[in-house]
Amino acid sequence: MSENTAAPVKPKGKKRLELDPRLAAYKGIWVFVEMERGQVHQVSWELLGEGRKLADILNVELGAVILGGSSDELSAAARSAFTYGADVAYIVADPILTDYRNEPYTKAMTDLVNRYQPEILLLGATTLGRDLAGSVATTLLTGLTADCTELAIDPDNRGLLATRPTFGGSLLCTIQTLNYRPQMATIRPRVMAMPDAVPERSGRVISENLQMQEDDIIAKVLEFIPDEAQEQAQLAYADIIVAGGRGMGKTENFRLIWDLAAVLGAEVGGSRPVTHAGWLPADRQIGQSGKTVRPKLYIAAGISGAIQHRVGMEASDVIIAINNDPNAPIFDFATYGIVGDAVQILPVLTDALRSRLAVNRRAG
Amino acid sequence: MHIVVCIKQVPDSAQIRVHPVTNTIMRQGVPAIINPFDVFAIEEALRLKDRLGGRVTVLTMGPPQAEDALRKAIAYGADDVILLTDRAFAGADTLATSFALAQTIRKIGEEHPVDLVFTGKQTIDGDTAQVGPGIAKRLGLQLLTYVSAIDALDLEERSITVQRRSEGGVQVIRTCLPALITMLEGSNQIRFAGMDDMFRSARLTVPQWNKDRAGIEDVSKIGLKGSPTVVSKIFTPKPRAVKAQRIGADLDASGTANAILDVLSSQHPRLAQELGLITH
Ligand SMILES: Cc1cc2nc3c(=O)[nH]c(=O)nc-3n(C[C@H](O)[C@H](O)[C@H](O)COP(=O)(O)OP(=O)(O)OC[C@H]3O[C@@H](n4cnc5c(N)ncnc54)[C@H](O)[C@@H]3O)c2cc1C
Ligand SMILES: Cc1cc2nc3c(=O)[nH]c(=O)nc-3n(C[C@H](O)[C@H](O)[C@H](O)COP(=O)(O)OP(=O)(O)OC[C@H]3O[C@@H](n4cnc5c(N)ncnc54)[C@H](O)[C@@H]3O)c2cc1C
Repeated sequence: MSENTAAPVKPKGKKRLELDPRLAAYKGIWVFVEMERGQVHQVSWELLGEGRKLADILNVELGAVILGGSSDELSAAARSAFTYGADVAYIVADPILTDYRNEPYTKAMTDLVNRYQPEILLLGATTLGRDLAGSVATTLLTGLTADCTELAIDPDNRGLLATRPTFGGSLLCTIQTLNYRPQMATIRPRVMAMPDAVPERSGRVISENLQMQEDDIIAKVLEFIPDEAQEQAQLAYADIIVAGGRGMGKTENFRLIWDLAAVLGAEVGGSRPVTHAGWLPADRQIGQSGKTVRPKLYIAAGISGAIQHRVGMEASDVIIAINNDPNAPIFDFATYGIVGDAVQILPVLTDALRSRLAVNRRAG
Repeated sequence: MHIVVCIKQVPDSAQIRVHPVTNTIMRQGVPAIINPFDVFAIEEALRLKDRLGGRVTVLTMGPPQAEDALRKAIAYGADDVILLTDRAFAGADTLATSFALAQTIRKIGEEHPVDLVFTGKQTIDGDTAQVGPGIAKRLGLQLLTYVSAIDALDLEERSITVQRRSEGGVQVIRTCLPALITMLEGSNQIRFAGMDDMFRSARLTVPQWNKDRAGIEDVSKIGLKGSPTVVSKIFTPKPRAVKAQRIGADLDASGTANAILDVLSSQHPRLAQELGLITH
């Protein structure tokens, strides 16, 4: 805690800790399938895809934990979970679990873990997932690694190697949970690739009851006010993103970004200096302290490509960078680079695109 | 009413520079600040006190220098501060941190029972958002994360109603005290420090608690020993092998724009089709 060091670096050459036999009994990988208001958050499928790979390495089962109020919704979610790689679905259906509340969800999850003893438990780093993960880890007194960008298995001891950026993101650190089980980690939406569904895959369902009555729970949800769709930027899941950086020069020039985005049907994002300056709202910041994105096309105009920005967007399929400095770091990892003045090139690109689309529309 | 606010001292990320060659963080000379997210927790606690009376105690665990953060908290108007500092806490992960803070809050409560605990949403350095839930679970407090507004607080009934951010919307939730709130950023604006409080802050000797004062006997639960997570490796990300393909090197803007659209059409037909650049 002092000096802001993370948990300590394992001394080199120290004898590897033998896992307590009680803990060696923990087997299998679990993914928490996050459902809110009947909808499964896509991060859950991304984690099942990743969990499948880890389960195959360890030669264990992949479990999907599905909690909620309606058994129909849960069964449907379980069927989807199988197609994304789960072998087993652990289901707790109870009206108490209709809305997310910390207490009953923590209870349902910790009871399942204590009963079936998975060695690894993965959750999405969403508001819900972080609320639940922190509570479950503390209740179980085990380790939890936040916001991982990479998961792997230690061939020596079957342990989970959870990698996350360190402060500032210029370095990565790998964190292990040694003599505690389950090993827990949260992963942000879009960090892991969406797996392909295999429609014919199926699996076992294990249903448990929630050992709680409504009267046991103090917290009551009075109301849920859904976000107005247009207000919340749907950046994380956008297929196309046009992003601007400090190199755009001034707030007025962002019109050029919005114009191109409109023609492409894209979302708009930006680097941190841009959201800090108020050129874009804060929820459009991309990067380590903003959103992680994974679009098919990412156009970066006037963005230098600092590591804190890069970690949030480098998984994009195609990256086009426009920067007037031929040595800008973004050219080290973009797919295509245009060296030039973004303020000059963007409107020309928008026009060229608009006329090609018009031609194609007439032709088609 | 007694409110405890947990804050952490962190390096000011806006002033951190990353070394262009080694890609490591240059910390030298970077000032330490109160974790920006925690400032919203301080302000919300002070507003409740303004409205309902009572006292606000601000707590931090950290090295002796962290007393600067507490001095600042006094200047904003906190009544009491405690610096929890002991070499035995070094190397704590979030589980060990929440144990030490929870134990200290329990101790604080022996003198003045605690009704509400505030934390920030997360820190800007460790950035886990795990300490708040951890403290709540250890103390059996009602946990309210990502709170954007406190709609009602009834000390007679000991009930509290808040708005909290959840996936896809805002949840209005009502529960009982004692509770722990992690405060969402942007939900309020910190006040200016008053003259009196600035003087009080300047004169203050910040009370330091070590583990014994906090009533922590079991050293296996704090610091390194109490931390299930271990950092096994720190490394630089591997650079990409291929650099960007340069488009339009000797073309004008219009030539460049068309060149990039041509490349998309020929090299990424599926994407180009979705964009409507090509029709089949
Ligand atoms: C803890 C921490 C967290 C951070 N989190 C994030 C984060 O989440 N997201 C993020 O983005 N940053 C983050 N940062 C900041 C990050 O380090 C960089 O400072 C930031 O990404 C730089 O933004 P930029 O590329 O827009 O600006 P700059 O680095 O200033 O780059 C501007 C670029 O524009 C180019 N340019 C100038 N004029 C033109 C023109 N007319 N046409 C074309 N190009 C032009 C310049 O050559 C330059 O490359 C974080 C930093 C820290 C310490
Ligand atoms: C790069 C890095 C990565 C790390 N990764 C992990 C990890 O994955 N898992 C893990 O368990 N630990 C991790 N740690 C250790 C962790 O940062 C420390 O345990 C730290 O003391 C608390 O966690 P946090 O900074 O993430 O706080 P958060 O949980 O983000 O803080 C939430 C709130 O709790 C309060 N709070 C936090 N710390 C204190 C304090 N010292 N005093 C008073 N109030 C406080 C504040 O109100 C804060 O806003 C990591 C540390 C670093 C530097």
